[in-house]
Order: sequence, then C-alpha cells, then structure tokens
Amino acid sequence: MFIQQLVNGLALGMVYALIAVGFSLVFGILRLVNFSHAAIFAFGAHVALFFIGLEVGPIPAILISMVLTGGVGILIDKVALAPLRKKKSIPIAGLITTIGVSYILQNILTIVFGSGRVHFPAIIPPGGFDFLGTRITSMQILMFGVSLTLMLLLTYLVNHTKMGLAMRAMQQNPKAARLMGINVNSVIMFTFFLAGATASIAGGLISGFYQMAYPAMGVSFGPKVFSATVLGGIGSMPGAFVGGILIGVIEVMAAMFLGSAYRDGAAFVVLILVLILRPQGLFGRKLALKV
Amino acid sequence: MKKDWLFLMESMLFKHRLLIWGLVAAVVLTLPFWGLSLFVMRTIIMIGVFAMLALGLNLLTGYTSQVSLGHAGFFAIGAYTSAVLMMRFDVHFLVGMLAGAALAGLFGLVLGIPTLRLSGSYLTIVTMGFGEIIRLIIMTWTPVTNGTLGLMSIPRPRFFGTELNLNNHGFYYLMVALVFLVALFCHHLLNSKVGRSFRAIGEDEVAASMMGLQTTELKVLAFVLSAFITGVAGVFYAPLMGFIDHNTFTFDVSILILSIVIVGGMGTLRGMFLGSAILIVFPEMSRFLMDWRFVVYGLLLILMMRFRPNGLLGWQSRLPYPIRGKKKEVKGHGISKRQRSF
Repeated sequence: MFIQQLVNGLALGMVYALIAVGFSLVFGILRLVNFSHAAIFAFGAHVALFFIGLEVGPIPAILISMVLTGGVGILIDKVALAPLRKKKSIPIAGLITTIGVSYILQNILTIVFGSGRVHFPAIIPPGGFDFLGTRITSMQILMFGVSLTLMLLLTYLVNHTKMGLAMRAMQQNPKAARLMGINVNSVIMFTFFLAGATASIAGGLISGFYQMAYPAMGVSFGPKVFSATVLGGIGSMPGAFVGGILIGVIEVMAAMFLGSAYRDGAAFVVLILVLILRPQGLFGRKLALKV
Repeated sequence: MKKDWLFLMESMLFKHRLLIWGLVAAVVLTLPFWGLSLFVMRTIIMIGVFAMLALGLNLLTGYTSQVSLGHAGFFAIGAYTSAVLMMRFDVHFLVGMLAGAALAGLFGLVLGIPTLRLSGSYLTIVTMGFGEIIRLIIMTWTPVTNGTLGLMSIPRPRFFGTELNLNNHGFYYLMVALVFLVALFCHHLLNSKVGRSFRAIGEDEVAASMMGLQTTELKVLAFVLSAFITGVAGVFYAPLMGFIDHNTFTFDVSILILSIVIVGGMGTLRGMFLGSAILIVFPEMSRFLMDWRFVVYGLLLILMMRFRPNGLLGWQSRLPYPIRGKKKEVKGHGISKRQRSF
C-alpha cells in the first residue's frame, strides 16, 4: 500500500515539477510571480480536449495544444506585461495583471466548456504491470517518462545552448545582458513560449490521468505548483524538479495517513513551513537586496 | 506649484468641506426614509460591507504595497467566530465582534510574522494558500463550523432589546456606524507616524529601512490591522446574510476586494467607496452579461494597471502637505495646512 502510494505520488509529482519549471523560468527572468501560469495549464488541458473532440487523436491534440498554449503565453506577455515593463511600472502592477489574466482565462474556459467536470479520454490504452505487488499503470509510466524527458531537455537547453546562455545571463543581470547585445525581448518571448508549452503538456497528462478536465483545475493545482516551486527554490531548475516530486509524494501520503480531506491542504502546510524555516527553498540562493 | 484644475477643485472642496460633509451626513442619515426598496437598501448595505473590506485591504495593498489574496480567510474568521459565539454561547453582538475581529487580527499576526520577512510575491502566494486553508478548516472542522452544511439562522444583533433587521433599518445604521468608525480609524492612522511609515514602505522599502524604520515590524502591524478590519466586516456580514458556509468565502471574494481597492484608487480612502459602489452595483446591473462579468473583472484589473494604476480617484493631492505645528495660509487660496487623507 505504501509503495503503491509512493508510485502514485512520484508520477503526479513529476508532472507538478514540469509545471513548476515553467513558473520558475519566468520568475528567474522577469522576477515576476506569474499567477496566470496555473490558468495557462488549465487552458492547455482544454485546448487538448477540444482537439480530441475533433478526432485528431490524443497525442496530436496535445501537441497542437502545446503550440497554441505557448502562443497564448507569448500573447499574454505582449499584450499585458510588455507595456508595463516599457512603462517601468511598480512590481505589483505585473503581479495584479497576471491575476487579471488568470481570471479571464479561467472564466473564458467556463463560458466555452461549462464549469462542470468534463470527461477527458484516456491518452493511451489502459494497461500496466504488477511489480512486487505494486500496480504501475501505463498512464503513470507515460506521465513520468514524458515529464522526465522534457525536464532533461529543458535542462540541456538552459545549460548548453546559446538561448539558454542568454536566459541565464538575464537571470543574473538583465541590464548587463542587454548591454552584451542579447535580444531581451526574444528571450522573454521564448521563455513564455516554453512555460506555456510545458504547462499545456502537463495539463494534458494530468487530465488524462484523472480522465477529466474542468476550468477551475488551475485553481486547484496552482497552489501545489507554487508550493513545489517555493520548496525547491524559486528560479531554480533542479529545485523545481525536486520540489515537484516532494509535493506529489507528500500529497498522496497526507491523503493516505490523514484522510483525503487533507490532500489539498498538505501543499499549503509545506509551503508555510518552508517559508518559515528556509525561505529561499532547498536549492535557491538568497536573493541579495540591491539598492 | 502648478495651479491646474485639480488644484482648483481640491481647494474648492477644502474650502467648503463643512458644507460638503454636512450634506453627506444628511444624505447618509436620512437615506432609509427616501422610500427605497428593500433590495436597493440591501445593495447599499453590501456596498458598505465591501467598502469596509476594501479599507482593510487598502492599508496593506494601497499604502504598504503588500498584495494579499487571502482576505476572504480573515473575512471568514470574523464571520464564523462571531456567528459560533452568538449561536452557541448566546453572547452579545458586540462581544462577538470584538472576538471575531481580534481572532482575525491574531491570525494576521501568526501569518504575517514568518512571511513578511520575504519579498512581496511570496506573501501573495502564502496569503492565497491561507485563504484556502481557512476554507479547508471550515469544511473539515464539523463540530464547530457544521462543515459543508454551513451555519444557518445566525441570530441578528440586538441593541437595548430591539432586534436589528432590514425592515427597521437597523442593519443600515449599524453599517453606517461601522464604516464611519473604520474610515475614521484609517484616516487618523494614516496621518500618524505609523501611517506615514506605511506609506514610506510602500514607496520604497529599502529607502524606508535606511531612514531607520523597522520595516518588518511595521509590515506585520499593517497586516494585523488590515486583518482586524476585515474581521469586523465579517462579523457584520454573518447576521446580514443569516447563512454562511465555505462557499461564501472563496478566492473570488479575495479578488473582488482587491479589484475594489485597485479600481477605486490604491492608497486613497475616497476611492474605496466609489470602487465598492461600482463593483457591487455592476453585477446587479449586468445580469445579462452572465459569466462574462468575471471576464470583465479580469479585464478591469489589467486595464487599470496599464492605463490608470492609481485607480479612478487616485490622483496625487495638489494641496500642500500638512506639516504639523505650522498653520500657514497658502497665498491667495485661504487654505490652512491641515491633515487630510480623503
């Protein structure tokens, strides 16, 4: 039973990690807590659902959704956030704008798909195998595999490509990066695309796992992703990875030992504990205050 | 100083302030006798409740620049504490109010101490989590909160043997009294040393700490006061509704309060009343928009941040800043330097 829950937690946590990475990337580059990220995740799931309805098959639907959701990420930045940067608005202006964006996205989903839970078809045929008395379903393997592959790909991208170098430079010092001839706008666009694309894949995986999608799924998964990111250290890639997995495991353990009502609360408790004990997270550096 | 129309308007308002306040007081006090329907009166009371909530959040978000998305949690604590005390122990409404607001303030302290050492964004995330935890507690702590069924037939407040309700306009006058007290408190707070410190932190926290302000303590204080006021609004809200459950205090409520603060004008007291009036009346007037109403809320937040981050009434005062101890006439306009925040 314990190992069974551990497996469930690992598969879920891996997907949380995938969402957390996008969140972390945007924070790293813009120092912006992107509250719309969770809504983008829900949006991605629903776009996939829409294309599955058009009978293109689940995997192509998720791929289309990935491109479209990435595009929406760029759109959000261009329409809502870029003008604020140009005006050099106060930081909370960006924060409140992303809250507004998430509200719009979620309610447009409600208008189009209804507020109820909609059935989301299985992505791959049901199946799996038993390993030492533990049932591992094919969906769990898919979730784990896809998320892990994407995480490794992202890590490679950030650490070994020119774009990644530009992203890291911006993370360290946006002004100096601009002076070195980095096209700041294209880096920001690329980051928003990556964040949107990974969130939409995660949306497809989570919806496929629970076999349902609903517009408020951003609200119910968002806090878990925030917790995962903060636990790992906001702005850190390995942090998002470890944080996501830990939150996934903690969540299923809380459900097992304390009862299912505590499932959603566990993430918040972790969040508050982390902020009290180690606010910079497991892998985060202490942000120096610049005067 | 440039003497533009704003300056002229403000100096006019200031010169005739006694007349204006007199008129406002007369309208507010006689409103129930204008023959308005119960529905309209109820809407006006709701505007008052949300103006109170906005005044509370404004202390934190408007003046101290800390965004909270969990004020529905403090609202719920106030409402549930007083409702449970009044129903189980039959305490007086005012006792319930003190207990509810104090408990909300205490939660503000408990939440504020660890989190306000961190940057503003963390605070926002934690407050969001806090709001959800409070809902979770309401749903699971059945012996006290009656779980998902909610609390029904919450007793109405009684004063001197008379029960206050909508028909005898007791609720209306109670609302007026509470809003007045809260606004008066905010006004005096903001013109005190503490209030000026809040504003300094809001403008530039690093500079404020360089000037020797204990920024962490002050931010926690702003959080506690904000939670306290929100708790007061919750205590009033419970008997007004007569029924509360976990769905009364959702994330949407937190967003609504924040929207009021932003639309009205962060860092002003006058804006809270206008913002509340607009955002409470708007859903009533726009039933035809259905679900699009919420999209409009989101758009409102974005557009306000882009084009008018100071809010509708959030202009910078053109009148000379009041410096205590020196009552000097400004040449030609007969304005003495006085304290203001409205």
